[in-house]
Amino acid sequence: MISQIHSIIERFRSEPGPLILVLHAIQAEFGYIPEEAKAVVADGLNLSRAEVHGVVSFYHFFRHSPPGRHVVQLCRAEACQSMHADKLATHAQHRLGIGFHETTADGEFSLEPVYCLGNCACSPAMMVDGQLYGRMSNERFDEVLAEQQLPHQRPGS
Amino acid sequence: MSTIVYIPKDAAALSVGADAVAQAIAEQARARSLTVTIKRNGSRGLLWLEPLIEVETATGRVAYGPVSLADVPGLFEASFLQGGAHALHQGLTEQIPYFKNQQRLTFARVGLIEPTNLQDYCAHDGYRGLRQTLQMGQAQIVQAVTDSGLRGRGGAAFPTGIKWKTVLDAPAAQKYVTCNADEGDSGTFADRMLMEGDPFALIEGMTIAGIAVGATRGFIYLRAEYPHAYRTLNEAIAVATSQGYLGANVLGSGHRFDLEVRLGAGAYICGEETSMLESLEGRRGEVRVRPPLPAIKGLFGMPTIVNNVISLASVPIILDKGASFYRDFGTGKSRGTLPIQLAGNLKRGGLVERAFGVSLRELLYDYAGGSASGRPIRTVQIGGPLGAYVPAAQFDTPVDYEALSEIGALLGHGGIVAFDDTVDMAHMARYAMEFCAIESCGKCTPCRIGSTRGMEVIDRIMVGVNPQQNLTLLEELCDTMLNGSLCGLGGMTPFPVQSALKHFRQDFLKFRNP
Repeated sequence: MISQIHSIIERFRSEPGPLILVLHAIQAEFGYIPEEAKAVVADGLNLSRAEVHGVVSFYHFFRHSPPGRHVVQLCRAEACQSMHADKLATHAQHRLGIGFHETTADGEFSLEPVYCLGNCACSPAMMVDGQLYGRMSNERFDEVLAEQQLPHQRPGS
Repeated sequence: MSTIVYIPKDAAALSVGADAVAQAIAEQARARSLTVTIKRNGSRGLLWLEPLIEVETATGRVAYGPVSLADVPGLFEASFLQGGAHALHQGLTEQIPYFKNQQRLTFARVGLIEPTNLQDYCAHDGYRGLRQTLQMGQAQIVQAVTDSGLRGRGGAAFPTGIKWKTVLDAPAAQKYVTCNADEGDSGTFADRMLMEGDPFALIEGMTIAGIAVGATRGFIYLRAEYPHAYRTLNEAIAVATSQGYLGANVLGSGHRFDLEVRLGAGAYICGEETSMLESLEGRRGEVRVRPPLPAIKGLFGMPTIVNNVISLASVPIILDKGASFYRDFGTGKSRGTLPIQLAGNLKRGGLVERAFGVSLRELLYDYAGGSASGRPIRTVQIGGPLGAYVPAAQFDTPVDYEALSEIGALLGHGGIVAFDDTVDMAHMARYAMEFCAIESCGKCTPCRIGSTRGMEVIDRIMVGVNPQQNLTLLEELCDTMLNGSLCGLGGMTPFPVQSALKHFRQDFLKFRNP
């Protein structure tokens, strides 16, 4: 892991203001920002560990632990609320058996809130692994989960 | 002869199955030995009809929508490749009233062309603005933008030309052009549609800006929630660079302009311009105290243009057709056109580009056809999560900066989110505070602490704990946040709350069980 991080740092070191570029590349590689990466990045970019930690913790996008194999992001903003995204959120949590910011016990799905996906005329919207979905309903949510072709049926759900 | 079929690859179209439809059309055509050329365009903005497919015919492009996978065999049987009759047949796209009754300037090419096809772009008036620019002096270019009356479309509505003049007049070895593409307001998607549907318009606008003020480097700060736009922009930048429209010697003029896209990381506050600059520099997106203005001391301490996507993408047509052409659209101090985004609980959501001055009622009923649910529209929120809620009694207000300001509302980035009569406005006011608490950068106290206290106070009101005292407290808290916050996040979060209190006070007084 450390050597991969070193090569990421090398790739961006000469860019102006490279820290967020480096963090994006690390998260693309590992799915999150490993704790041990922070000291390596700080050292490589001549920053303090506090500065790196401060940036990682500031941005919602950067994760502190590995996500599930699929990341489900549900929009919770106003346009989606006007089309009853709250009900969809309740359904999603029930279906997956987890709350927001949690990952299913089998490591398949993480559920994250997101505030606007720019699909506000096709509300409610969600994104799964970077793929956007619109005009969501409870039924369509179940279909999209099934499309991931992985067991999502939880005992008792 | 091959028939051309347009199927959008705009993210909204993809979100409702455009890729699967494109694949099915290709397969069906093959099975029926018909030759079809599928072109992937941006969206026409008639989003309730997505996936909207168009067939090129002798009389023009004929639209069918919304097309689902199951509709594809039937379309072939109805000879849709010749524009045949079908339940989803919408007639000529450009004759659909929703589209026909628009004034598409900035969005003229969106949905019409293949987004990253430079020849297609140039064949539809692309890069005429830049070529014009290369014949002009810097001050002359800036003057044209000033004369056009263009004001920042991101929400602050500051005159674009005046900003540019400040950067032009600031002596420095390095200047920058930055594009704020952190379109985080709920109900807005114009930036996304433009970047996905006509990325060269933004690139051309930024190149003109660079030449106008002497900046050789540009950054597009794009939100991480827009992966499709990210790919399209990078593809378009690579094409423009390889064809000499970007790089060391723009069209042989001797001007250098390099452009790159940088991704945000899910922080709403980074749509605030100084916070965006901090983020571009690789730091926490905490707002800077102004002055100094970014135009004097911006990115890496250098004079910097910070403009929204739509502002920059409107520049090429201003330079091509002249300042007065653009200024002749609009009303009062709101000149030109505005891409209005109709979103939320509406029958026909989409993008409507019109000159300033169209009324809310016309937008909500003539264009959008009322609510999607069929219930009365009770209120609209204009301008994102920091915008006021406007009650139905004020729907005759024209959409322009001054008229909305007069009723205590704001236009922002032009997004309009409709709610039917099932909406609980106390809940929406609480959400405004909650959103501010989640997204506050933490630098100033009224925003950081006030938003959390605001949620708590509304929670107490909603369950009937000392409602009158707590309503007074909420109003005082709004006043503190409004006057004491460092930037618009804390300073404007009170707008939706105060407007909900003013117009829908009864919602705060119907007590729920704790």
